[in-house]
Amino acid sequence: MAASDAHKGDVSMRNAFGSVLAFLILLLIGVLAFSIRLFSVIKYESVIHEFDPYFNYRVTQFLTKNGIYDFWNWFDDRTWYPLGRVIGGTVYPGLTLTAGTLYWLLNSLNIPLSVETVCVFTAPIFSAFASWATYLLTKEVKGVGAGLTAAALLAMVPSYISRSVAGSYDNEAVAIFALIFTFYLYLKTLNTGSLFYATLNSLSYFYMVCSWGGYTFIINLIPMHVLLCIVTGRYSSRLYIAYAPLVVLGTLLAALVPVVGFNAVMTSEHFASFLVFIIIHVVALVYYIKGILSPKMFKVALALVVSVGLAVCFAMVAVLIALVASSPTKGWSGRSLSLLDPTYASKYIPIIASVSEHQPPTWPSYFMDINVLAFLIPAGIIACFSPLSDASSFVVLYIVLSVYFSGVMVRLMLVLAPAACILSGIALSQAFDVFTRSIKFQLPSLSDHSHIDAGDASSENVVLDDTIKTDKSEDTPKERTTKRSKKKEKEPVEKPPSKSQLKKRLSVLPFEASIVAVFLLVLLVAFYVVHCVWAAAEAYSAPSIVLTSHSNDGLHVFDDFREAYAWLSHNTDVDDKVASWWDYGYQTTAMANRTVIVDNNTWNNTHIATVGTAMSSPEKAAWEIFHSLDVKYVLVVFGGLVGYPSDDINKFLWMVRIGGGVFPHIKEPDYLRDDGKAFDRVRRTEIGKKYFKLTHFEEVFTTHHWMVRIYKLKPPKNRIRGKNKRSKSKTSSTTTSKRKGTRRNPF
Amino acid sequence: MPMEEPLFRLPLSLLLFLSLFLLPTCFSSSTRDLHILNAERRIDLTSHIIKVYLTLKVENSGTSPASEVHLAFSPAEAEHLAIVKAAATSGKRKKMTYTPLDVKSAELPDGPNGTKFFTVTLLTPLNKGETTTLEVLYILTHSLEPFPVEISQSESQLVYYRDSAILLSPYHVKQQTTFIKTPSTRVESFTVVDPAKRAGTELKYGPYEDQPPYSYSPVLVHFENNNPFAVVEELEREIEISHWGNVQVTERYRLAHAGARHKGAFSRVEYQTRPDATGASSFKHLLARLPPRVHSVYYRDDIGNVSTSNLRTDYRKSELEFQPRYPLFGGWKSTFVIGYGLPLQDFLFESPDGRRYLNFTFGCPLTQTVVDKLILKVVLPEGSKDPTAVVPFQVEQHLEVKYSYLDVVGRTVVVLEKRNVVPEHNVPFQVYYTFNPIFMLAEPLMLSLAFFLFFVASVSYLHVDLSIRK
Repeated sequence: MAASDAHKGDVSMRNAFGSVLAFLILLLIGVLAFSIRLFSVIKYESVIHEFDPYFNYRVTQFLTKNGIYDFWNWFDDRTWYPLGRVIGGTVYPGLTLTAGTLYWLLNSLNIPLSVETVCVFTAPIFSAFASWATYLLTKEVKGVGAGLTAAALLAMVPSYISRSVAGSYDNEAVAIFALIFTFYLYLKTLNTGSLFYATLNSLSYFYMVCSWGGYTFIINLIPMHVLLCIVTGRYSSRLYIAYAPLVVLGTLLAALVPVVGFNAVMTSEHFASFLVFIIIHVVALVYYIKGILSPKMFKVALALVVSVGLAVCFAMVAVLIALVASSPTKGWSGRSLSLLDPTYASKYIPIIASVSEHQPPTWPSYFMDINVLAFLIPAGIIACFSPLSDASSFVVLYIVLSVYFSGVMVRLMLVLAPAACILSGIALSQAFDVFTRSIKFQLPSLSDHSHIDAGDASSENVVLDDTIKTDKSEDTPKERTTKRSKKKEKEPVEKPPSKSQLKKRLSVLPFEASIVAVFLLVLLVAFYVVHCVWAAAEAYSAPSIVLTSHSNDGLHVFDDFREAYAWLSHNTDVDDKVASWWDYGYQTTAMANRTVIVDNNTWNNTHIATVGTAMSSPEKAAWEIFHSLDVKYVLVVFGGLVGYPSDDINKFLWMVRIGGGVFPHIKEPDYLRDDGKAFDRVRRTEIGKKYFKLTHFEEVFTTHHWMVRIYKLKPPKNRIRGKNKRSKSKTSSTTTSKRKGTRRNPF
Repeated sequence: MPMEEPLFRLPLSLLLFLSLFLLPTCFSSSTRDLHILNAERRIDLTSHIIKVYLTLKVENSGTSPASEVHLAFSPAEAEHLAIVKAAATSGKRKKMTYTPLDVKSAELPDGPNGTKFFTVTLLTPLNKGETTTLEVLYILTHSLEPFPVEISQSESQLVYYRDSAILLSPYHVKQQTTFIKTPSTRVESFTVVDPAKRAGTELKYGPYEDQPPYSYSPVLVHFENNNPFAVVEELEREIEISHWGNVQVTERYRLAHAGARHKGAFSRVEYQTRPDATGASSFKHLLARLPPRVHSVYYRDDIGNVSTSNLRTDYRKSELEFQPRYPLFGGWKSTFVIGYGLPLQDFLFESPDGRRYLNFTFGCPLTQTVVDKLILKVVLPEGSKDPTAVVPFQVEQHLEVKYSYLDVVGRTVVVLEKRNVVPEHNVPFQVYYTFNPIFMLAEPLMLSLAFFLFFVASVSYLHVDLSIRK
């Protein structure tokens, strides 16, 4: 009695110690996730990055200045001129509201951080949250050890870092947290059957819907898992509680978000969830009837129900099909369709295809973005099958689907990353579990303890996991954090021998083999850590509005974009319209505060095609198009002098294609002739036209490295002179106005 | 005393611009009595800040002693007048010493329409028959009018300067000469008032003999001036005092090129390949003189850091050389922020009566710039009381409250505003206030308390069972 009390006290002591330690480790993981994303601030500056973040930043500024109601009703007349854009109804407000709340909270505590600072650091903060959510999720699947390992892996997975460095103020930054947290709550509900968690799950799903269009991944993955559970005979009331409230509450809540609205019930992305919703009710009914009827009666009833049920199902399916068929895109949005059919976008929607992040990834990008996790995933899948639970089957389904999606679009690598981290965490944790247990069991000095541990180990699941983890962390708390990330390849190899060496009920590996395996795993994890730090520091921290290059005579900074935007904002009239290719739309509105014709939102293909046509038309025609749009300045990006590759000439064929898609007189082959003799340093080719003068445009500003050049539309000339000029310009310029502009030869 | 500017160096020389109607003129009769034996005026037009050095030899020919000398300015001048300083000279040539004198704006009944007067109070009243020599410096801004108003990139900037060949004065002037110094030898035209001649970069008007009071003879000089016309339209300097050892200065500039407006295209090619021939009046470098021991200097604008700056520090001064994002041509504008930290002990002192005072430099750290509107905010630490500012010239003052890190009652902000500020206004001023050091601990204590309460709440939450089920 006393002995067992002591034993119990010992165990509970160790549990308490273990949970404190786990808490501490989680805290450190949070710090790690936050600080590894600060390379961009340290190496560059605290500034918003790239394109979309500038839009989000501008929206946040509006929100903090004008309040929530003005935000919902915001009609933005500074973009898509003359159409404008209803911002409140077309953005996912999650990110903006989150940062706005943070800002409001800080300022109500009289901590005067600027909106920009809050926006810059939102992503790192939420990646810390995401790694904690990963811990919770993995804990539901395979216990605390796997949870900690997965959290540490996620804290520094390069794929996620690429979207959440400080300054990368984009939807994905908070959406990944929301995604993982929703999955966690789903699994938690599935494991506990608690309606409380089911409600939380709906709320978390609501937050996800607010944050990112990727919520459709959730609303398809969870039904698929439910279906999987039903098909494999794993139906339970917990499954019902996990799923039914989510669909009902979640759909209602999702419809509250203006940008989703009735799409939550009208588009095909959501139909799978409704179908499964019906199925789960049918199954629930069957189980219920089975419970109240005798087996014989049940058989009769079954025949009845199945025939009636089938009829109802067919009716429903027919209705669904009719609904789907009645919508023009069969209810699917362009991006979703290009997910299902990877060739769809390049065939029909050049705007989607023109974005580099919508291309399929290459193998090196897998290695770059998830590194050794790619090899650990199979081990993790295997670990999930021993034993297979509801939760672990979910994780397996998640990885399989996200691998497929990431293969279609580079961008969705981001969805794969958490799954990869979870499975690798499970794999590593299981491997370490086996090896350290083998080592400990065979250490003579520890034989006493090992008996206890052996007892614990042979008993069951979570508690055991805890104690063993605790032991390990006591041994080498430091190493453990690194160790935690890696354990994969060895495991399948080592497992067969372990089976043959069963001692009593315990699988124990040879002592030396275990030592070597642990060492190798630590090495693998170390490699991963080094890679992640490198990726965070070198590959993913550049803000892209400031470029740097190292040469023999030191560091060169190319700050041309901001130079041009600053010039625009201070030296042009506040209501002037600026035309540029759509990539620079968000930045121009946010940094220069000038009205643009098209921007990165790309909601109106015709409008973009108009600008594309203007860009690819002769000077006079271009002038007329721009003039009809009330444009005063044309901004073009030219990398020819300093060798900046992604300039407007690089994008020129897309302008032609998009323009040609709407205005058939623009034909791609017309622009592919090569007849020139000046040299373009980026493309290492001679340029086509030299020694020309612009008639209808005049250069009003060029930045220091010539990267951004701004042209002004000259006012129309007197008639007689204009006629002369026009004929002259027609002969002298057959390429685009933009080309002419950027290729003007200085010498 | 260092030798940089022996002329008007002393701190006492600064009581200018005191209230307009303080003294209803007591010695109006003295205008009759005094006359000027010799007036020499040197007008320096080399930059857009016009400095006029005036040497007056005054004689009292009346009967009663005169203690004041009046200076007269035309309305156009008075509008652009930034500062007037006067000094009495004594001694000869090498050993000449200057004693600063008090200058006040004044009203005289008999001046022609719109003439503005300043009164120089002499150290000792001038008795009958005595003479004294006064040195006067006054500075005009925005007085060069570009003509042509718009120029293209390859043209250089020509400006008009308007003045009078004859000194405007309430006194009879026996003999006078005016020298005008232009920045280059290129003078398009100038009004000839015989005798007038031009030699190199200098125009000489005079000598003119026996001019009666209020003589005026307008002249117009049209000449080339390619100096940067850098004008800060508005400068807001915020000086935040932390008794934890730091003075944080944030300066928000709105800079403009006030010269001839840029017309037509801007060709970067031309600008980079022929830097001598194009954009002669544009500028791209600016120099700010900051206090010594400056640290954590940053230079940015609304959209992030500006990467072109260079800080040189030594123990006497710090110089920040920087470029705006783009070169400024006529009419172009730019905004930016410069911020830096300074050690507290260099600027904060305790006065004998136990109050503390900040001793800081007024004006704008940029060299060779005019500030149209300067707003100087001194943010005192939370809990400071009774602030008073002591500035050697007239400024508008009011108080504000600012809430910064975790403030509860807010910080008192002393706001000083002045228009038309030139580098000569860079003189020390003081802000006195009382402060109880206990307030320094308010925020740390508040934070500790918050964390303590948080932990207490956590502990009690973990030990209280709130569930309904037993």
